[in-house]
Amino acid sequence: MSTFSILIDGTDVDMEPGQTILTGCDSQGLDTPTLCYGDTLTPKNACRVCVVELEGSRVLVPACSRKAEPGMVVHTESARVQHSRKMVLELLGSSVDMSQTDHFGEWTNRYDAQPERLVDADSRTRINEEPKLDNDLYGRDYSKCILCYKCVDACGQQWQNSFAISVAGRGFLSRISTEFDAPLTDSACVYCGNCVAVCPTGALTPMTEYHMRKTGTFAPERQTETTTVCPYCGVGCNLTLHVQDNEIFKVTSPTDHSVTHGNLCIKGRFGFSHVSINRRGNLPSVE
Amino acid sequence: MSDIRYRNESPSAEEVIAIDAALPIGCAGRRDLLLPALHAANDRVGWVSPGALNHICRTLEIAPADAYSVATFYDLLRVSEMPSTVVLKCVDLACRINAASVSLPDDVTLIDSPCLGLCERAPAAAMRIAGETPSLELLAAPEVPVQIRGPLSARIGVIDPSSLDAYLASGGFAALATARANGPEWVADHVDAAGLMGRGGAAFPTARKWRAVLTQPVEQHYVIANADESEPGTFKDRIVMEGDPFSVVEAVALASFATASNHAFIYLRGEYAVAYERLRNAIDASTSAGLLDGIGIEIRRGAGAYICGEETAIFNSIEGFRGEPRSKPPFPVEVGLFGKPTAVNNVETLVAALAICRGEGSATKLFCLSGHVTKPGLYEVPVGTTLGEIVSMAGADHADVQAVLMGGSAGAFALPAEFDTPLTAEGMRAISATLGSGVVMVLDHSVDMVDYTNRIAEFFQHESCGQCVPCRVGTVRQVELLRKGDRALLREVDQVMTDASICGLGQTAASAIRSAIEKGLL
Repeated sequence: MSTFSILIDGTDVDMEPGQTILTGCDSQGLDTPTLCYGDTLTPKNACRVCVVELEGSRVLVPACSRKAEPGMVVHTESARVQHSRKMVLELLGSSVDMSQTDHFGEWTNRYDAQPERLVDADSRTRINEEPKLDNDLYGRDYSKCILCYKCVDACGQQWQNSFAISVAGRGFLSRISTEFDAPLTDSACVYCGNCVAVCPTGALTPMTEYHMRKTGTFAPERQTETTTVCPYCGVGCNLTLHVQDNEIFKVTSPTDHSVTHGNLCIKGRFGFSHVSINRRGNLPSVE
Repeated sequence: MSDIRYRNESPSAEEVIAIDAALPIGCAGRRDLLLPALHAANDRVGWVSPGALNHICRTLEIAPADAYSVATFYDLLRVSEMPSTVVLKCVDLACRINAASVSLPDDVTLIDSPCLGLCERAPAAAMRIAGETPSLELLAAPEVPVQIRGPLSARIGVIDPSSLDAYLASGGFAALATARANGPEWVADHVDAAGLMGRGGAAFPTARKWRAVLTQPVEQHYVIANADESEPGTFKDRIVMEGDPFSVVEAVALASFATASNHAFIYLRGEYAVAYERLRNAIDASTSAGLLDGIGIEIRRGAGAYICGEETAIFNSIEGFRGEPRSKPPFPVEVGLFGKPTAVNNVETLVAALAICRGEGSATKLFCLSGHVTKPGLYEVPVGTTLGEIVSMAGADHADVQAVLMGGSAGAFALPAEFDTPLTAEGMRAISATLGSGVVMVLDHSVDMVDYTNRIAEFFQHESCGQCVPCRVGTVRQVELLRKGDRALLREVDQVMTDASICGLGQTAASAIRSAIEKGLL
């Protein structure tokens, strides 16, 4: 099958076979909200914030995973689409802490979402969990978790093949968990931090960043990002160093880097504290 | 995957024996055996201990976190210590509105359970006893004979359900022989001409599904008999499987023949212990007698998850994953079980296709009468019988009826003023109701509709798989808003669940409540 076109909001859009509706929307400059979608992962289409209306379909369809087919007629701004996006944002905002989710505030404004409408006095229906801080490298605050499955997919077959975590339980009681909720230090975790890298809500954060946020010293306006090459082995992974006040607090890798696709190992991701240790000698010396 | 990190806990000797007995030699990598293995451990000691889980993981080469994630998906499997005897007490619709209370043994651990599929014998409970010979004992009113018979229920309670000879003497396996003599297209043509639509709830044309699988250009096709009957108020498939198991086996073989499949699964609700034994006997006897002509039929037990009756969740459950629905497209007839073309059919649909091939047509349908009727049970009535007629047959005075729940928790209500409506898909659509899975639950004026609809909402909260946001959070908000009586907001939550959920569960989780409001019952 060669290129074909679909109609998005009345505009003809050229598509390649295998491309999704989201790709088509992106090509038109439409800003489609996404949460569970990740450019290095197979779309899980679980969050449903990217739904669009497809003529001929009884229900709305997820733009992130639905493959375009010749002749599709798609609406991204219909009343049904707007309502579903708004409600998904409200359902999430009323049940988990979305304060560290990129774009969440902007989207709630755009769709006039008011999560507090759905907040019940009964706190059991909000996810309030004590952060799990069972290791020195990253923390897990599941009161921010939207169950997008990205961490599970990154830990499992799609990238790391460690299979340390999965979704346990069912329905609203589902949680990301190790077997029998064992601490990470007693699990198959290899601390690559690839789960942290894909987490869209800040449920997973490096401990350095976690402490800065906790103590109120996290200040985005004083932060810079510098991309360099990892000094440890010869693979040549690109590292993006996130720096505040001349201290590295987080390391990521560009998702479009051909070597890493955003993934790193424990050394590249977390082995940065030596850089700022004051006792480090600045000049060679013999004692 | 030799680098899986297992745990250090050891299983007990009994657990090892039970798990190993459930698994064939050389099963490493057979993820599809995970659920049977978890059942084996759970049935032996009452729960899946860390040691048992670890033994299963080592044997099947599955990561412990993955196996734990699957085990915690199912109500019948427990991952914390449980007594070997527990009672599952039905708290669902038919049992809830029944004035009687079930008599329970003293000092036993009670677990609230969604509908057990024993609505004609309400109120009901089931006692699960784990051990070397695990059992499930029903605590309910006595069995009820079929109230009105037809071609699909003619043998039930009449012939010995364990006897192949009795089945053959009553004309069994003749339809399969006729089909074999005439070819798969003949089957599809006959089923098509009879206009058979799926009877599990979705009413998809059966012949179209079978033809689509038959013509898929890959070698392996599968048939799945969807016997995970869990829609509250539904018990028809259980009665058919218990009373006429050979017809189910013949019907599965017929569907396999019609779709060029050589392997079929019967995905059976975990609580249906009697049906399990009788189907197993029927499969063994039919296979030994050479009647299945090389078609292998395997029973897979569900483990307490309504969602696994969804046609793609059933694939994940059989394959050893969490019973979460898949996105469609691709559709099951193209990419189904183990990625192969698959026909998933409800049990009644299958035996109805068999009746069509026997020349008996498809002029009748099974209904499950329960609630405030004097004669609850299975009614096989001609298509076109009116709702009022069937309610009268079951012994309810129309004047006493407040409403009738049609199609179960995912269905809608009908009012006495609508009793002239025929029990057809079109008829029901005209009154904004549905036939669904054949549930006709009669509610008299004593039923508190607030309490009744609350239970429907709680059911969906409990049964949502949790995969997508509209359903996972929406079903929780629905419970809260219903309690608060905020109808405007309820309607908004209804809309997103209906429009944006992945599967039919979320898409219909609000339908009965919406119906109750629209029809003035709330």
